[in-house]
Amino acid sequence: MTAQEVRLCGLLLREHFGEVVEKVGTQLLRSGAQNLRTIIHETGLSVDLVKKSLMVLVQHGACLFSSGRKGPGSPTEYRSGCDRILRILRYPRYIYTAKTLYGDTGELIIEELLQRGHMTMSGTVKTVADRLTQNMEEGRSMDYSEVSSAFSKLVETHFLQRCPPLAGAGTADSTNPAPGATPATPSTPAAPPTPESFPDCYKVPHMTLVGRGKRQLTAEDGEDQRNAKRQKMDPEAHGDEGIYWQVNFERFHLHFRDQAIISAVANKLDQTSSEIVRTMLRMSEVTTSPAATCTKPLSANEIFRSLPASYNIPRPILDQYLTLLVDDPMEFVGKAGESGGGMYVVNLHRALANLARATLESVVQERFGSRSARIFRLLLRKRHLEQKQVEDFAMIPAKEAKDMLYTLLSQNLVQLQEIPKTPDYAPSRTFYLYTVNQLPTARMLLQNCYKTVANLIERRLFESKESKRLLEKSQRIEAILASLQASGAEPEQLTEVEEMITAPEKQQLDGLRLHINKLDSAENQVDETIFRLESDVNSTATS
Amino acid sequence: MAGKGRGVAAFTFNIEALGIGRGSMPEARVGPSPLFPSTDFKPVPLKAGEDEDYMLALKQEMRGTMQQLPHNIKPQSNKSEVERYTERYLKKSQIEDEDWTPDWNLFPKELMPQTKKPRAKAGTKKKPVKISRKETEAMLSKLDALAKNDDRNPEKSDDETEKKPGNEEEEEVEAEEYDEEDIEEENDYIDSYFDNGEDFAADSDDNMDGEATY
Repeated sequence: MTAQEVRLCGLLLREHFGEVVEKVGTQLLRSGAQNLRTIIHETGLSVDLVKKSLMVLVQHGACLFSSGRKGPGSPTEYRSGCDRILRILRYPRYIYTAKTLYGDTGELIIEELLQRGHMTMSGTVKTVADRLTQNMEEGRSMDYSEVSSAFSKLVETHFLQRCPPLAGAGTADSTNPAPGATPATPSTPAAPPTPESFPDCYKVPHMTLVGRGKRQLTAEDGEDQRNAKRQKMDPEAHGDEGIYWQVNFERFHLHFRDQAIISAVANKLDQTSSEIVRTMLRMSEVTTSPAATCTKPLSANEIFRSLPASYNIPRPILDQYLTLLVDDPMEFVGKAGESGGGMYVVNLHRALANLARATLESVVQERFGSRSARIFRLLLRKRHLEQKQVEDFAMIPAKEAKDMLYTLLSQNLVQLQEIPKTPDYAPSRTFYLYTVNQLPTARMLLQNCYKTVANLIERRLFESKESKRLLEKSQRIEAILASLQASGAEPEQLTEVEEMITAPEKQQLDGLRLHINKLDSAENQVDETIFRLESDVNSTATS
Repeated sequence: MAGKGRGVAAFTFNIEALGIGRGSMPEARVGPSPLFPSTDFKPVPLKAGEDEDYMLALKQEMRGTMQQLPHNIKPQSNKSEVERYTERYLKKSQIEDEDWTPDWNLFPKELMPQTKKPRAKAGTKKKPVKISRKETEAMLSKLDALAKNDDRNPEKSDDETEKKPGNEEEEEVEAEEYDEEDIEEENDYIDSYFDNGEDFAADSDDNMDGEATY
């Protein structure tokens, strides 16, 4: 948990959950596993606030608790990890992906689950149906069964999973049969069970939920309140109490990874090759484990049969495409055998490594120019080179090459390796070789990305704070306008109210909005780079 | 140290091996590097397209919504006595129907609020009268919550969750427990000395006990 990660997590918590949760969260991140007393003491907040913050963090999966290290009698310990909190940056991407795959219904389901942490299926279905009904035209409403079917589809493709029931730290779920195999007993401090270790992880519960979405009447708020209160008073049991669902981030990441590979192939080769790779990845979705180095081998016959009908490529052309893909230096596709017309695999880890390498190269190019990028690529390919060799291979005059190498070295993108000729490391008798190590460089750039996003967020908060008075004024005017319009006012009154904002103020507001949008958009796009670097670092670490 | 006094820039190794001549050294640093150095290459503009705009809108919406959910815990703000005019228009209503009652099966027991039997160490410190006070507080807070749901008083829009109405009173309780005495009151006089009637001190309970502890 580096300092940059902790800082970024703190800012994310502050933006989404408030400053109190930020304090508690950063305390947990900085100091590891602690029990309640220590947290209260260190943060200096009141007991109540700390308890609530911890509940919020646990609800959203950012914090795990387990019985203490000293045995079953010691107080529960809470620990938190940066990864889960950093995912908050990626929420828009998850929601957008769900929208492209499963339409508006899927989008709203994922959005609700991300906002609440975890929910029961019935609760989600009801809320989503209500929201969809809200946006539909008058007289139509959304049936619960449609939403339930979308939910089931999401579970089938593993985008949603059940939350693991409490293993030993408290009472187990009794309403619905909890999965039989609860792993760790309280006495053995094993790692917290992953949701996947439960056999029922992806089983949709049988639920009795019939009805349609209710449209929220905007007419009278008082009546609404009473309705809401009545709903609260008699909760209907739908047969799935105690089963909570959460979003399965790993599955989304696999999807993003596949998309990145397909678009890389499309950029490097052509559309047809990317379709072939997409088919191969689709066929091996269920058979490949998330941490696999490459997909299971597929024969060319199978690929031919599974190509989408719109692509009418004859068989020999497909073979040619496959050969091209195998021969490509990026090594996306590899050949694993000759049976069945040729067995082909998609090299996942190698593809990720190549994507990360391309990111690194592009970073060097944008920061230092294309000639420095040429030196960098050369060093990546040839591993170790002497000063003289760098100049020769890169075809750059000596003086400039030295300058560029020196700059790269001072930025830590390039390292020096000493190879002594004599045991005493005498400088005149030692080779000094320049080299690039991809993994440490990727890690360093990843930390830079975290720092970038943290800076972007801070700058955005600073800008909003500077113009806080102006923003408040504009909000007030909008509220007045809205209430006037709702009660039916004449256009003159409306223009009069609008003129309360002077023209230079309007300009300032527009400029402010533009800046904030730019900063937000930049955060989203830096997150794409973060994803690529992170997946490469994680895949190299596990392989 | 071999080069000390003889030459300013004397290196311990043969500098030619690195390919850097004596004349091509960069200038010596005169201070810390500037905070915002000028870059030779300007950054590439952001991607702009439908997808990006949609994700931008999603992000801003999500931020706004999450700030209104009961998950967003606001620090205790000093409630000014007079509600400022601006605040009436700015008070965005918190999402009402989310009296967040979590499923206690999923949380450790010690996180439950207002437990009758808190941790043993703290329990022995508290006086028995305070524990029974907590129960009355719980009842009061539940009644308050229901009352507020009916009234929809805009001033109290912060306290939507069930626990929150109890929060204020609890804060005062804990202020008495954990802080020294008299911090609560700005002045030196005991509250009940000025017997102004009902509208002065809402909880006569507090003052009664305040007197009792002296």
